[in-house]
Amino acid sequence: MTVAEIHRLLRERLGTIVSDELKPGDWPVCEVRGQSIAEVCAILRDEPGIAFDCLSNLTAVDRKAADTIEVYYHLFSYAHGHRLVLRASTPRPDPILPTVTHLWPIADWLEREAFDLLGVRFTGHPDLRRILMPEDWVGHPLRKDFVEPDEYHGISTRRESLLKL
Amino acid sequence: MQQFADYLLDEGILAGLPKSLGYALVIAFFAFVLLNFIMLVAGVTSWLERRVWARIQSRVGPNRVGPQGAIQWLADGIKNIMKEDIVPTAADKPLFKAAPYLAMIGFFGAWACVPFGDGLIIADLNVGVLYITAVTGLVVVGILMAGWSSNNKWALLGGMRSAAQIVSYEIPAAIAVNAVIVLTGTLSMQGIIRAQGWAPWNWFLFDNPFTFVAFFIFFVALLAEGNRTPFDLPEAESELVAGAFTEYSGLRSLLFFLVEWGNLYIIGALCTSLFLGGWQTPHFTDNGFVLGLVQFVVFFLKSYFLVFVAMWIRATLPRVRVDQLMSLCWKYLVPISFVNLLGAMLWVVAFPHGFLPARLGMFLFGIMVTIYFLMRVAFHLRRARPEMSWNPIA
Amino acid sequence: MSTHAIDVDVLRETGQGIATEEMTLNMGPQHPSTHGVLRFVVKADGEVMRRAIPDIGYLHRSIEKIAEKVGYHGFMPYTDRVDYVSAMQCNQGWAMACEALAGIKVPRRGEYCRVIASEFGRLASHLLSVGATGMDIGAVTPFTHAIREREYINDILEELCGARLTFNYMRIGGCAWDLPPGFVGRATKFLDRFEPLIDEYNELISFNKIYVERLANVAVIPREMAIAYNLVGPNLRGSGVKYDVRKDAPYSVYPEFEFDVPVGTGERGTLGDSYDRYMVRMREMKESCKILRQALAGIPEGPVVAKVPRTFRPPVGEAYVRVEASRGDMGWFVVSDGTAFPYRVHIRTGSFAAMAIIEELSKGLMIADLVAVIATLDIVAPEVDR
Repeated sequence: MTVAEIHRLLRERLGTIVSDELKPGDWPVCEVRGQSIAEVCAILRDEPGIAFDCLSNLTAVDRKAADTIEVYYHLFSYAHGHRLVLRASTPRPDPILPTVTHLWPIADWLEREAFDLLGVRFTGHPDLRRILMPEDWVGHPLRKDFVEPDEYHGISTRRESLLKL
Repeated sequence: MQQFADYLLDEGILAGLPKSLGYALVIAFFAFVLLNFIMLVAGVTSWLERRVWARIQSRVGPNRVGPQGAIQWLADGIKNIMKEDIVPTAADKPLFKAAPYLAMIGFFGAWACVPFGDGLIIADLNVGVLYITAVTGLVVVGILMAGWSSNNKWALLGGMRSAAQIVSYEIPAAIAVNAVIVLTGTLSMQGIIRAQGWAPWNWFLFDNPFTFVAFFIFFVALLAEGNRTPFDLPEAESELVAGAFTEYSGLRSLLFFLVEWGNLYIIGALCTSLFLGGWQTPHFTDNGFVLGLVQFVVFFLKSYFLVFVAMWIRATLPRVRVDQLMSLCWKYLVPISFVNLLGAMLWVVAFPHGFLPARLGMFLFGIMVTIYFLMRVAFHLRRARPEMSWNPIA
Repeated sequence: MSTHAIDVDVLRETGQGIATEEMTLNMGPQHPSTHGVLRFVVKADGEVMRRAIPDIGYLHRSIEKIAEKVGYHGFMPYTDRVDYVSAMQCNQGWAMACEALAGIKVPRRGEYCRVIASEFGRLASHLLSVGATGMDIGAVTPFTHAIREREYINDILEELCGARLTFNYMRIGGCAWDLPPGFVGRATKFLDRFEPLIDEYNELISFNKIYVERLANVAVIPREMAIAYNLVGPNLRGSGVKYDVRKDAPYSVYPEFEFDVPVGTGERGTLGDSYDRYMVRMREMKESCKILRQALAGIPEGPVVAKVPRTFRPPVGEAYVRVEASRGDMGWFVVSDGTAFPYRVHIRTGSFAAMAIIEELSKGLMIADLVAVIATLDIVAPEVDR
C-alpha cells in the first residue's frame, strides 16, 4: 500500500479528522485533528496492510505565531518500509493531546520529553513527569517565550557576556 | 621454633629468663620478622601483578619508582598511610574500624604454618592443614563485618557475596585436600611435604589420577576463597563499585589489599606444599645453611609460579555471575571432589605403598600437557606479527 | 531527572514464612559501570532485581535549545557533543538535515569523505563498546587492546580534521577539508592490520566460556518488543530484524558499496540476547572495513564541498533525516522558518530508546546482569540526554 492509498483509506474511515492534503516528500506529512490522534494511530498500527509498527519519532514544535503547538508523529513500518508523518495541533495556552503510549511503548519517554520541554500534556499517559529537567524546574524551556530564571536554587544563571571581557 | 626458643633459653642470649617470658619474646620476634616478610611479599606481588597485567594488556605498567618500578609498592603504601582515614558518619564505627584488622588476623595467622624450608616454619602444627583452613575462614568475618558496618548497600552486597562464596568454596577445598591426607596420614604441613620427593614424579600432583584432579579443584577453590578473578565478585568494581571495601580509605583499605595480595601467596604456598613437593630438593650438600637457602628459594619459586598463574587468569578471564559461582561450587566442584576423595581412598587401599607406573604415567601425561601448552604459546607467538608493536599509520 | 517522584516503597512478602524486604539501590550517577552519568534506581531482592528504573537528565546540555540560538553553520560543533563517542555521524546527520531543507547536493568526493570519516567513527565507537562490554563483565584485557586500535583510528581522524574526539569535520554541503596527502595509503595500511585483529579479539574474549555464559540468554529482546520500543542499529539487528538505514533507506553514496548487514542469530542462546547484540557489533566492524576499503579505493576527484552561502537561510519547511550512527538510526528533525536560525531541532537517538527499554528488560535480572545489559545496549549517556 502506498502512502497515498493509506491516506485515502484514512479519509474514508475517519472523514474530516484527517485533512485531505498530503504533503509529499521523503516523509509525507498529513494533518490530523489533535483530539483524535490516538484513534488514527490505532488504525495505522493495527490495519494489516498498513502496519506502522514503529514510532520513529515524536516531537513538538511551538508555533507561537499561530498560537498552537504542533506535535509530529513520525511513523515507520518495518514490515512494509513506508513512512508517514502525522501532525497534530493543539492550542498553545492549554496543549492537551491523547497519549499513544498504549500503542508504542517508546511513546512513554518521547511524550514525557515533549511534556518536559514544551509542556504538552498527554492525557492517559501512565507517568507524565519531567524527564530531562529537574523536577522543580519552572516553565518549559523549548517554548519560544521561555525566559531563563535568574537563579536556580541560589545558583545564578547570569554571567557576563564573554564578548565584553 | 620451639627448639630454637628452648636453645635460646637454655644456653642462648635469653638464658636465665622465665620460660613463659622467653617464649613470648621469641614469638614476638618471629611475628615481627614474619609480618615484615609478608609486607614485602604482598607489596612485591602487587607491583608484579600490575607489571604482568600491563604486559598482557600491551601496556607498560608502573615503571617510574625504582628500577622497573620495583619499589612502586612502597610508594603506594606510604601514600595510603598518609591518606585521610575516613569513617562514614552513618557507619557502625567500632565494627568498621575493627574489620580490616580482623581480616588481617585471619590472613596473618595462616602464615604460621607455611613451610618455607625443612626447619623454616613458625609452628609445624600436627593439624596444620586444618588450622590454615580454619584460620583463613576468619577473613570472611572481616569482610562481612566491613560490608555490614559501612552502612552502604553496595558494601553490604559485596560482604554477603564474599561470605557466601568463601563459605561455599571451603568445602571443595577441604575435601580436595583429603585426597592428599589419605595418602600421608598426617595433617602436618611438614609431614605432607616430607612424604613427597624432590622429583616431579614423587609429587602428590602426579601420585595418582585422583590427586591430580584434587589439585585443580583445590586451586580453583582457593582462587575463589582469595576473591580472585574469575571469582572476584565481592569487590566486582564494575558492579559493586568496590564491594565490601567501598567506604574504606587510607591505611584500612591498604590492609584489605594487603590481605588480598598476601592471600595470593598463601594460595601458591598451599598448593606447592600439598601437591608440588614443597621445599623438597635433592640432598646435595651437608651444609645446613646452603640447603635451607636452596629449599627456601625452590619453595618460593614454585609458589610464585602459581601466583603468576593466578595473575594470568585474572588478566584473561571475565567474572562469573553469583548464581554461576554457586552452581559451579555446589553442582560441580563438591560432587567431583567427593567422588575424587572416594577414588583416592580406594587407591590407597589398592596400593598402600604407591604405584610407580601410575606416577610415571601421570608425570608423562603432565609433560605432554605442558608440551602441548608450550606449542600453543609458540604458535601464538609466531602468529603475533612483529608489526604489532608498530604504529601502522606513522 | 525527577528524583523525588520515585517513591521508596518497601514491599514485605511472607513467602514460606520468611519476611523479605525490597532493597532500593541507587546506581549512579557516579558508578563505575554507568558509562557517563546514568542513574538507575534499582529495586532489588537480594541480588535479583525487581525493577531498574532509569533516571536520565544528568547530561542534559539543552543542545536542541542551543540550536535555535546559533544558526545552521554554528550548530555543527555542537552536534559533536550529541554523541561524543562517534561524533562524525552526528555531524553527518545535521549536515544532511540542512541539505534536505535547502535541497543542496553534495559533491561526490565530499560524500566519499563523509563515508570514510563516519565509518572510521563507527569502528572507533564499536571498539569502545565491545571493549567496555568486556570490562563490565570483568575481563580487563580486551579493553586495552580495543583502545589501542581506537587510538590509531583517532590518529587517522586527527589527520583528517585536527581533532580526536569532537571532530567538527563536516559542513553543510560537504566536508571542511579534503583528505590530506597520503591519507589513503595510511588508512589502508591501518585496515590491513586491523582486520585480522577482529578475529583475534574474537579468540581473546568472544568465545570465552564464562563470557558467553554471562551474555547468552541474558536480557532477551524479542523482535516485536525491539520494534515497539523503537530500538535501532545493532540493538535492533541483534533481535533479528535485518534493517540498516545505510542499506534499506540509503543515503550518501552507500548504495555504491557492497556490504552485509549482520543480524543476531541466537548462536549461543536465544535470539535477541545480549550476546547477539555484542556479536552484531563485532561483525559490523568487519563490514565497516569492507566499506572503507571500497571507499578508499574508489574515491573520485573533485571538490569536497558544495557552494553554500555563508548565511544559510533554508526555505520554510521541515526535514526529518535518518543516519545510521554507531548506535543506530539517528533521526534529525529540523523545522525552518526561513530565517538564519533553525526554528526547532529534535534529535532522536539510539541510546534514548535503549535506555527506555531497560525498565521493562530488567525485571528478574540480577544486578550483575544490569551492567551487562547497559554495556551490550551500548548506552552512551550524552546521547540519551542531549
